[in-house]
Amino acid sequence: MRAQINRLAQGGRIDRSEHLNFRFDGEAMRGHPGDTLASALLANGVQLIGRSFKYHRPRGLMAAGGEEPNGLVRLRTGGRAEPNVRATEVALYDGLVAESQNRWPSLRFDLGAVNDRLSPLFPAGFYYKTFMWPGNMWPAYEAVIRRMAGLGRAATAADPDRYEKQYAHCDVLVVGGGPAGLAAARMAGRTGARVILADEGAEFGGALLGNDQEIDGAPGMDWVGAMAAELANSDNVRLLPRTTVAGYYDHNALTMLERVADHGPAPEPHQPRQRLWQVRAKQVVLATGALERPLVLANNDRPGVMLAGAVRGYVNRHAVRPGRRAVVFTNNDSAYGTALDLAKAGIDVAALVDLRAETPLGWVAALDDAGIEIMAGRVVSAVEGRRAVEAVRVGKLNDTGTGLVGGLGRRLDCDLLCLSGGWTPSLHLLSQSGAKLLWDEGLGCFLPGRAQQAVRVAGAANGAFSLGDCLALGAEAGNRAANDAGHRRRGRGPRHAMAGEEPALTPPLPIWKIPGDDAGKAFVDFQSDVTAADLELAAREGYRSIEHVKRYTTTGMGTDQGRTSNINALGIVARALDVPIPQVGHTMFRPPFSPVTFGALAGRRIGPLLDPVRRTPMHGWHQDNGAAFELVGQWHRPYYFPRAGEDKDQAVDREVLAARTSVAIMDATTLGKIDIQGADAAEFLNRIYINGWKGLAVSGCRYGLMLGEDGMVFDDGVTARLGPEHFHMTTTTGGAAHVLDWLESWCQTEWPELQVYCTSSTEQWAVAAICGPMARPLLAELAPDWDLSAEAFPHMTWQDGAVAGLAARVFRIGFTGELSFEINVPAGHGMALWNALMTAGQKYAITPFGTEAMHVLRAEVGFIMVGQETDGTVSPQDLGLGRMVSGKKDFLGKRSLSRAHSLRTDRPQLVGLLPQDTNLRLPEGAQLIGGADPSPPQLAMGHVTSSYRSPNLGRTFALALLHGGHERHGETIYVAFDGQAVRAEVTAPRFLDPGARAK
Amino acid sequence: MLLLDCPWCGPRSEEEFACGGEGHIARPLNSENMDDAAWGDYVFMRSNHKGVYFERWRHGLGCGRWFNIARSTISHEILAIYHVGDAKPELPE
Ligand SMILES: [Zn+2]
Repeated sequence: MRAQINRLAQGGRIDRSEHLNFRFDGEAMRGHPGDTLASALLANGVQLIGRSFKYHRPRGLMAAGGEEPNGLVRLRTGGRAEPNVRATEVALYDGLVAESQNRWPSLRFDLGAVNDRLSPLFPAGFYYKTFMWPGNMWPAYEAVIRRMAGLGRAATAADPDRYEKQYAHCDVLVVGGGPAGLAAARMAGRTGARVILADEGAEFGGALLGNDQEIDGAPGMDWVGAMAAELANSDNVRLLPRTTVAGYYDHNALTMLERVADHGPAPEPHQPRQRLWQVRAKQVVLATGALERPLVLANNDRPGVMLAGAVRGYVNRHAVRPGRRAVVFTNNDSAYGTALDLAKAGIDVAALVDLRAETPLGWVAALDDAGIEIMAGRVVSAVEGRRAVEAVRVGKLNDTGTGLVGGLGRRLDCDLLCLSGGWTPSLHLLSQSGAKLLWDEGLGCFLPGRAQQAVRVAGAANGAFSLGDCLALGAEAGNRAANDAGHRRRGRGPRHAMAGEEPALTPPLPIWKIPGDDAGKAFVDFQSDVTAADLELAAREGYRSIEHVKRYTTTGMGTDQGRTSNINALGIVARALDVPIPQVGHTMFRPPFSPVTFGALAGRRIGPLLDPVRRTPMHGWHQDNGAAFELVGQWHRPYYFPRAGEDKDQAVDREVLAARTSVAIMDATTLGKIDIQGADAAEFLNRIYINGWKGLAVSGCRYGLMLGEDGMVFDDGVTARLGPEHFHMTTTTGGAAHVLDWLESWCQTEWPELQVYCTSSTEQWAVAAICGPMARPLLAELAPDWDLSAEAFPHMTWQDGAVAGLAARVFRIGFTGELSFEINVPAGHGMALWNALMTAGQKYAITPFGTEAMHVLRAEVGFIMVGQETDGTVSPQDLGLGRMVSGKKDFLGKRSLSRAHSLRTDRPQLVGLLPQDTNLRLPEGAQLIGGADPSPPQLAMGHVTSSYRSPNLGRTFALALLHGGHERHGETIYVAFDGQAVRAEVTAPRFLDPGARAK
Repeated sequence: MLLLDCPWCGPRSEEEFACGGEGHIARPLNSENMDDAAWGDYVFMRSNHKGVYFERWRHGLGCGRWFNIARSTISHEILAIYHVGDAKPELPE
């Protein structure tokens, strides 16, 4: 067990009475409740936490929150393992297991570190430059690069946990639970508005968690506690700690990721691990704070170099000593507080180095009292030590801030370098909402521009860097947001919280690249391993826009979205181009602000709940009888019914033969059905279908084709006339919903004068289709009162009556070319009908068949299948169905059929193909070519659309779309696949004629 | 994620709707007399401009009705919602 050598004896928001055991890279360690994994690692003296992305340089923790670029670990094991988790955001729990990433074979000895020495190989844009030639070697290069330069590994086992989604509406959504956010939520809550307050952390308080500022004369965290309690007791306020607002979309729709159970080893049985919230807020207040930037200087990535504010937080909040002897280096006032708090905690502060010549008066006396030397107008010019900081050099800055006077300067021993390069308001969400950001020269940062949505920004995110301003402006933003959402406070408001006295601010001095040790890499983006030199190179190579520089150098493209690097990168590029920062522009921020797990995005829609499942009333019978199923749309349709010992081909052959020689039965329930009624129903169908409908007799059925306005076939089916103003339309199984939408759109928008009503009746009916020579005697037995003769019940008609004692509607239509009856009964009677048919059919060896046999049967007689022979580019003429087109009327798509392109004779046209090898089943989709040599280049002449083996023909056959195919029957073409070309004969797309059998 | 105020159901999230593209494109009644270019323009060409766009939407997962909206393609602000067949509303540019 490792000792907590860097744990301070007192202070901090941790519970020293309880010990939490955890493992990092297999080593046992302990921490306390209140620790993050990061603070616990620091307490245990772990300084090296990972290797960098490209150069595999040793890295330690730099930050304390979501901006941490280095401290990515793999958390947990097995199916719960999660890569690329920021150690700074992981609440420590007993039994936690974490591993470092991106190192091989071990963190201390990493072979990839050779990349650091080979760094001339990895300049800006190295992907585009170094490995481009020879092109065919790229896959090999890529494999090596990916292995060497990558982030963590994803889990390979299934995730055992649940993830949920929740929708919510509110008047005011406050993002961020620091002083500004709490003040805003409190004021909004007092108006009675429905408020949601979300904060990334487990505890509210924001910056107050890490410093000792006072509010109303007491420790700031006392005020935070009182606010949280007041809000928790308000029925109209919902508090969501551990919740990251990840996306800000149109019309104030926001997504939030709540980490419900990530702070333990596994969720409780009643808990999901995470919950994805989708919120629609009338008003939003962004109190997202500001993020500290490092200073860009040579070797600023050595373990032991940290952000000053983060160090302050580790000392005050977690009672951790990040080092024994510190140097603080800053360009602004905020790091003075870090120096003081370090001294207070008994940590030696060797010096505070301020690159400004003018130091903040309000702080200087306090540092003098603490005995901390202030070195003004100076810079840390070099960092010594490889795996850890050992010393720094402090040099004197020249008047222009571009170089040093008198070399690298004085050497100071230290093991901790605290950097503060200023603060960047966290405006990712505001940028996502559509607002522009405006550069503020005085503060050296971007501030919110005009809002595009109902949103306000409060606190440090709006450039208010004093606690007093955060409290006052936060309260005002909350109140106004509630007002704009229609809520006003009655009576006097709560007394405003007052911050203790704060020293006046001295402006920061931005120097984007600190002069000094030229030999060391000066990192800008630590996660993507981008240096100041990379950015300067991009500028020299002609990149002018930050969006292009970003893509070329990959700066800001890591999982931290450049939280610590964007502004420094901008400053360096602007300086290299010698233009003001606004001219370089800033990058757009896009969702998500923080990574969102796929688990949360999928929620409960995984496995069997991925998509709705549709089953017919006869599904149970199919299952009991061993059907193999296929998905058609959302329907589970029997694919074939294998008997013991049969493979798919054998089963399909048997089913196909039965349909042509005896009787076979298919569950046709899934065909789309639309009930169409109204005085203008026939006129409506006339406009929808390519053929005429007004002359169809009641009791008649007709096959119809529907086109888009582009003249291309998109659905087909048989429609029956049930009455003068009543039709029963059938559609393809997969196209039913689309066809209904199509009909509705024309009824509602273009032809509102037509009296037509369309209603889906797909699920009202169960349909058993029987076909084959014995279909008639079979039906006769179950419908003894009917005259089923060809004269009394001809092809393409329908009749009502009783079948097996059930009210039925029978259509004499089919899709196999054989004598067929499609028997429709109310869905609830489907199983009874099916059983009756199976029982009565025993004497004919009735054979159930699935979709595959149906495909073979219809293809043998040349019936097209929409979606198989058609793909949205096929017209009726292409299919050889031009004779169906009515010349007497207009219909959707008609004019397109006479466009010049539609009349070309070399269009792909439907043909049959008989491969020379009668056992060869051509692959569907295979290309048709002119010769036996398949090597490219080739003139593509079409493709195979359907291909089967026919037991009736004793050979394989196919349907295809062939350029100019209607005039090429009898020719030989070749079908290319798998590097070969096989010979086939072009035929008419009809291979078999049932003749009198079908009558 | 737009919030659309269905004329029949009230405000609902975009997920319940389907966009039917540009509105106010009347189907030609004399197509047999049109040349290929004019017919092709009706079938294929849409203005797809930056600014105020008049388009058709359908509340598919609600009442099923079609309606028209005017939407800024820059800010996604919904400037008007009106019935099929109504004239384009006058909007300040
Ligand atoms: Zn509606």
